[in-house]
Amino acid sequence: MPVEPRSTPDMSPKTLLYVSGVSVSFDGFKALNSLSLIIEPGEMRAIIGPNGAGKTTMMDVITGKTRPDEGEVLFDDAIDLTELHETEIANLGIGRKFQKPTVFESLSVFDNLRLALKSDRRIFATLFARLTSEQRDRIHQTLEAIHLSARQEELAGALSHGQKQWLEIGMLLMQNPQLMLLDEPVAGMTDAETEQTVTLLKRIAGERSVIVVEHDMAFVRNLDCRVTVLDEGQTIAEGSMDAVQSDPRVIEVYLGR
Amino acid sequence: MGPLSSRLFALESHRNWQISFSIGAILILLVPFLNLAVPSDSWLHISDFWVNTLGKFLCFAMLALALDLIWGYAGILSLGHGAFFGLGGYAMGMYLMRQIGDRSVYGNPELPDFMVFLNWTELPWFWQGFDMFWFALLMAMLVPGALAFVLGWLAFRSRITGVYFSIISQAMVFAMMLAFFRNEMGFGGNNGLTDFKDLLGFDLSEPEVRVALYVISAIMLGLVYLICRFVTTSKLGNILVAVRDAETRVRFLGYSVARAKLFVFTLSAILAGIAGALYVPQVGIINPGEFSPAKSIEIAIWVAVGGRGTLYGAIAGAFAVNGAKSLLTGIAPEIWLFFLGALFILVTVFMPRGLVGLVRQWRERRRTIPSPETSHAR
Ligand SMILES: Nc1ncnc2c1ncn2[C@@H]1O[C@H](COP(=O)(O)OP(=O)(O)O)[C@@H](O)[C@H]1O
Ligand SMILES: [Mg+2]
Repeated sequence: MPVEPRSTPDMSPKTLLYVSGVSVSFDGFKALNSLSLIIEPGEMRAIIGPNGAGKTTMMDVITGKTRPDEGEVLFDDAIDLTELHETEIANLGIGRKFQKPTVFESLSVFDNLRLALKSDRRIFATLFARLTSEQRDRIHQTLEAIHLSARQEELAGALSHGQKQWLEIGMLLMQNPQLMLLDEPVAGMTDAETEQTVTLLKRIAGERSVIVVEHDMAFVRNLDCRVTVLDEGQTIAEGSMDAVQSDPRVIEVYLGR
Repeated sequence: MGPLSSRLFALESHRNWQISFSIGAILILLVPFLNLAVPSDSWLHISDFWVNTLGKFLCFAMLALALDLIWGYAGILSLGHGAFFGLGGYAMGMYLMRQIGDRSVYGNPELPDFMVFLNWTELPWFWQGFDMFWFALLMAMLVPGALAFVLGWLAFRSRITGVYFSIISQAMVFAMMLAFFRNEMGFGGNNGLTDFKDLLGFDLSEPEVRVALYVISAIMLGLVYLICRFVTTSKLGNILVAVRDAETRVRFLGYSVARAKLFVFTLSAILAGIAGALYVPQVGIINPGEFSPAKSIEIAIWVAVGGRGTLYGAIAGAFAVNGAKSLLTGIAPEIWLFFLGALFILVTVFMPRGLVGLVRQWRERRRTIPSPETSHAR
């Protein structure tokens, strides 16, 4: 595919994630049907689509959980993700938040973030590990970003559902990924929490790329980013929220059922 | 202060250090004083029997700590910890056996009586070296540690967890009981090892020697507690708790769950072995009964009664249950097992956090009863 010339001729990669012609079938059923998607560095992208459209499957392909039958998935213009294992992909800097939040309920909020911090993972290193002041600062910055500074000493189990989602986003941030995949991050949040999540995600994007899968249309509109609409494993529309909402195919998919 | 020693001090709050030192001082100074220096007709006198009993309880408390380290933190319920305790005990017993020398009934300077009885003519290879105290002590830690390492390696690598692991550990201790019952195993069979005379030249029947063993047990309990605290307050301790909460998530963060479990399980077995080695010279016998499955289950009950995941709860539980056992078996030995069963059910149903949880609840309730000032202030 020819890459259009950019106004800024720097050496940074033109695309962070390049998905092209990806198909996945389960027992003959095509969950993804020649799907293509391009994410630029620092971009935030919302992905919407009816249930069973293939949104989660798409994330599975990017994170190496599911191998595509055909198609290309390139990270940083060069790394073929279809050849790598889940942990290798995670170590490349692709973080994923699953639909159901999993935090360590019996550990404090602070310790949850501490475990997620990039550090020596060997057993004896962890036995004698001490936090450096830089690491402590990083944890505090993240605590601030996820609005949990005041509750850092509390057990994660005591947090509300929405706060657990933030903590899990915080744990992803500690690993400093270049690309973050969030599957329905505001499910079960109150309106106030949803609003704060919008601020949080806008702050996170820019330094890194973020892909958000979400059902909540008001939330997606507030994200104020490019939207991709999936249906039956294919992209049926892409553009601003307003443009996408006036697209006849999108209207048909959403109202025709 | 080096980073390690400063971390050691940071293990406990100032107040907790004060409490621990007070309890330690009572156990280490007061009890021996009341036993040795106070005349036996005084009501303050503590009898040799009670010093000995307390010494045993200290070893049980160490064993409970070892189990709490894996069960209370990493969520690994071993129902076979008696195996590690017993192996530590046998290692010490073998040293004590060889110290008897020609003072035994058959008077063979090389061979323990039971070997003479079996018509053996020379010491089996695995009894070599046990005439040296340091070697026996090393084996008391190494053998339980090695067994735990092998078992843990097989189990954790294939992700055997929960009740399956408990059953396997119970099967292991049962198999060991059957093996040690056999005379040909070379550990004295049914009767085990007994009739010990002295340890490092000190006569085990002397009251002062028994008091010394008691004091060493108290000091070792303190040490084992600190080791466990060091592990549980470290980042590794956090990882263990995280494994208990959401094992796959820990793996996803890039930590090796199997290795973390293997480390703590092996450490726990070594600590249990030390407890066993201290226990045997105080009770004067080690036999396959230590490997009975019921005994291993009892250890879990101590920890459950005290409250798991706090360490001091395990110590409290070991003392409480064994204290009750000493009293009850004195009065009506036949009801002990029923009592134990009932206790276990009561604790799991009504106080899932054990004695420690009960005390905490009571304290919190006192704190949260609104005083007039706080309820009016807004
Ligand atoms: N492992 C699987 N085996 C069989 N079918 C699957 C599997 N995973 C997903 N599917 C099917 O693929 C389609 C897309 O699923 P999914 O990606 O979860 O949709 P979405 O997240 O957009 O709701 C659905 O029809 C689903 O039933
Ligand atoms: Mg989904």
